[in-house]
Amino acid sequence: MNQEKLKFLKETAKDVRKKILLEIYSAQSGHPGGSLSCADVLTFLYMEVLNIDSQNPLDPFRDRFVLSKGHASSALYAILSIKNFLPQHILKDFRQCSSILQGHPDMKRTPGVDMSTGSLGQGVSAANGIALAGKIDKMDFRVYVLIGDGELQEGQVWEAAMFASHYKLDNITYIIDLNGLQIDGKTEEIMNISPIEQKFASFGFKTIEIDAHDFLEIETGLNQVKLIKKKPTVVIAKSIKGKGVSFMENNPNWHGTAPNSEQFEKAIRELEEKYV
Amino acid sequence: MSKRATREGYGDALLEIGDDKKIVVLDSDLSNSTRTCVFKKKYPLRFFNCGIAEGNMISTAAGLSSAGKVVFASSFAMFAAGRAFEQIRNSVAHPNLNVKICASHAGISVGEDGGSHQCNEDIGIMRTIPNMTIVSPSDYYEAKFLIKSSAYIDGPFYIRLGRLAVDNIFNDSYNFNLGKGILLEDGKDVTIIATGLTVFFALEARKILRQDGISAKVINIHTIKPIDKEIIIKSSEETGAVVTVEEHNIIGGLGSAVSEILCEENPILMKRIGIQDLFGISGKPTELFKIYEINADSIVKYTKILLKINLNVFNKLEDFP
Ligand SMILES: Cc1ncc(C[n+]2csc(CCOP(=O)(O)OP(=O)(O)O)c2C)c(N)n1
Ligand SMILES: [Mg+2]
Repeated sequence: MNQEKLKFLKETAKDVRKKILLEIYSAQSGHPGGSLSCADVLTFLYMEVLNIDSQNPLDPFRDRFVLSKGHASSALYAILSIKNFLPQHILKDFRQCSSILQGHPDMKRTPGVDMSTGSLGQGVSAANGIALAGKIDKMDFRVYVLIGDGELQEGQVWEAAMFASHYKLDNITYIIDLNGLQIDGKTEEIMNISPIEQKFASFGFKTIEIDAHDFLEIETGLNQVKLIKKKPTVVIAKSIKGKGVSFMENNPNWHGTAPNSEQFEKAIRELEEKYV
Repeated sequence: MSKRATREGYGDALLEIGDDKKIVVLDSDLSNSTRTCVFKKKYPLRFFNCGIAEGNMISTAAGLSSAGKVVFASSFAMFAAGRAFEQIRNSVAHPNLNVKICASHAGISVGEDGGSHQCNEDIGIMRTIPNMTIVSPSDYYEAKFLIKSSAYIDGPFYIRLGRLAVDNIFNDSYNFNLGKGILLEDGKDVTIIATGLTVFFALEARKILRQDGISAKVINIHTIKPIDKEIIIKSSEETGAVVTVEEHNIIGGLGSAVSEILCEENPILMKRIGIQDLFGISGKPTELFKIYEINADSIVKYTKILLKINLNVFNKLEDFP
């Protein structure tokens, strides 16, 4: 990756983070922690990986992205607005009655959203279904699904993992947003899910581990997945919940809390001044 | 009069009965929202977080109760009644075990989280399960009292709780029985039967109706199953018209339950106010109540239509759906 591209991706991710905060601040409702933790991965996917076209959001040949951890909707809307699927001025209407930007992704209301999610676990199986349809129709689009690490506690995720492996879905990539936190605290303390790598490996997945905030590692990881044949891939992306806003980082209290005006301004200032 | 959510009544009920060593509390990564966190703090050895795995939580609760525990298990209504339906049916209700499912964040009053999280189906789902007792408290005090009572009655319970802070109807001297409807206000022209946070809306509507010369009885049905047939039949006979109000799909909820009884016992003019077989959307609770027509104004409007009185007082006739 050349310096110029790296700089562009970092700037875009910073913009995503600012938009996330704007949405949640305007709504006084939403989920900053898990949205900020996946901002870099989403930025890379939408800028470099997904073959999609805002002029034709329902193109049957397009790549698909399923946000199974649907509570990070503000991150998805931010990047979709940057990719021109959505007008930027509607971000401030996030979660309001008249808005197409629902609290959790809604495929029938929001252009660019490939699957309605919000109930944890279900997006993973739905993404499998999309990948299976691709296999049936011999189409070569790819499917990416972003899963929370707490979400891995849902039995359905493992039913889905078994399915993806059984049907050799090499056109799907699971990405785990490994931020170590869920709502009630650390995943380790609430319901331990490790060792994640070994679990997926034993389910028949190719496993790749990356730093979720390092674009070089994201690039290497996501380039690799396309080369894997006859089995699904999981990218375990080690992240920091709340990444980019010092007082939100690694703090479970920012899972589902909106910043007040002072906190919002502080967060934006931090991103503008310090964040590279 | 300060507002409090029924889920707060749940947390406080657990604190008041928590010394009983038989009580075990389970949650699935929502302990702050459901308020089981207060029990966890005081009785950490009898609280278990099951992680985000509601189905597993419910069957685990069944096992615990088969070994003599009184188990309170919590999540959002959507994921308790929804995700774990079959575990509730087969692990808990079929063997008639002592599990109290306290499901918070029911109905559209969840607000901004939107349609994926607003459970307007849970009463309907739970009503179809034999052995299940369903409780839908209207305020903090009623929630606290009835949850405490449920701990000492054997068998499965589904207790429907809300996220939103709501006006208090009762106070600390609340002392009513499970299974018995409460006549809150008497009247002769119409009976308004409500449950959950809509009971307060019914009381407000009654005041407005009175100004227009309509006298409404208001009944609070906190126990949806087994439902108090007697009070429903008697009041319908006395008033000749019935309006039901709920923050739930009119299919399967309180309105259905009341219609089922009246159809057989006293067929009568009826109107069911509630979610008209729709999904919710994101928004502020009061705005959603307006959009979905679940508030005092809507009760007044539909009561008047029902009674065919002053149809043009509010709107032109053709505006009515
Ligand atoms: C089936 C289901 N159960 C519970 C919830 C409530 N909930 C929303 S987010 C969340 C925690 C998610 O933790 P994690 O997957 O680690 O996400 P992240 O840390 O990335 O925000 C929970 C329990 C839900 N949305 N769906
Ligand atoms: Mg997490």
